[in-house]
Amino acid sequence: MTHNEPEKSWKANNCRDTKSLAKWTTAWVVTMAIANFGPKFIWQENELLTLLAIVVNLAVGVGMILANKRHLAGLDELQQRIQLNAMAGSLGVGLIVGLSYSNLDVTGLIGFDAEISHLVIIMALTYMVGILLGNRKYQ
Amino acid sequence: MKNRLKVLRAEHDLTQAQLAERLNVSRQTINAIEKGKFDPSLPLAFKAARLFKLSIEDIFQDEE
Repeated sequence: MTHNEPEKSWKANNCRDTKSLAKWTTAWVVTMAIANFGPKFIWQENELLTLLAIVVNLAVGVGMILANKRHLAGLDELQQRIQLNAMAGSLGVGLIVGLSYSNLDVTGLIGFDAEISHLVIIMALTYMVGILLGNRKYQ
Repeated sequence: MKNRLKVLRAEHDLTQAQLAERLNVSRQTINAIEKGKFDPSLPLAFKAARLFKLSIEDIFQDEE
């Protein structure tokens, strides 16, 4: 049996990708908050600054997507399967629940507007439950 | 699919973490394969075979 060390530790690469994703996600959340609250609380509705903040948020979002892609590609095959199942659940629930929720709003069966943020919360919760169940399944 | 990974690991005095490091996967993956909860891909099976200097069939057996 050979005892050569792997060229670059899988763990080290995984750690680097996770940190990179965390940084991009934090930057995206911060720029999202600035784009949302900046017009009212920082630059008094200046349209140019608002547009600039939205463009920066969008650009950072693209960076976050790429960091997430690198992170997923760097996972091992079992972890990728867990992620795939969790994302499939999240996408499916998001689509089905989202459209039903929209129908409730359109038909007037609920007395408030169906906000996109509610859908994001549902998808995030479904994804987290999927990850927990996946990890428990392969423990 | 049955496998002899746990036996081979013990014969070579390796922990799950050490084997995971050598195969470039997580310890969770080694544990799941040993327990028969997860079947490895062909490249990973080849990697394990190369590491133990065995053929894939010596490590992994179809249960049918």
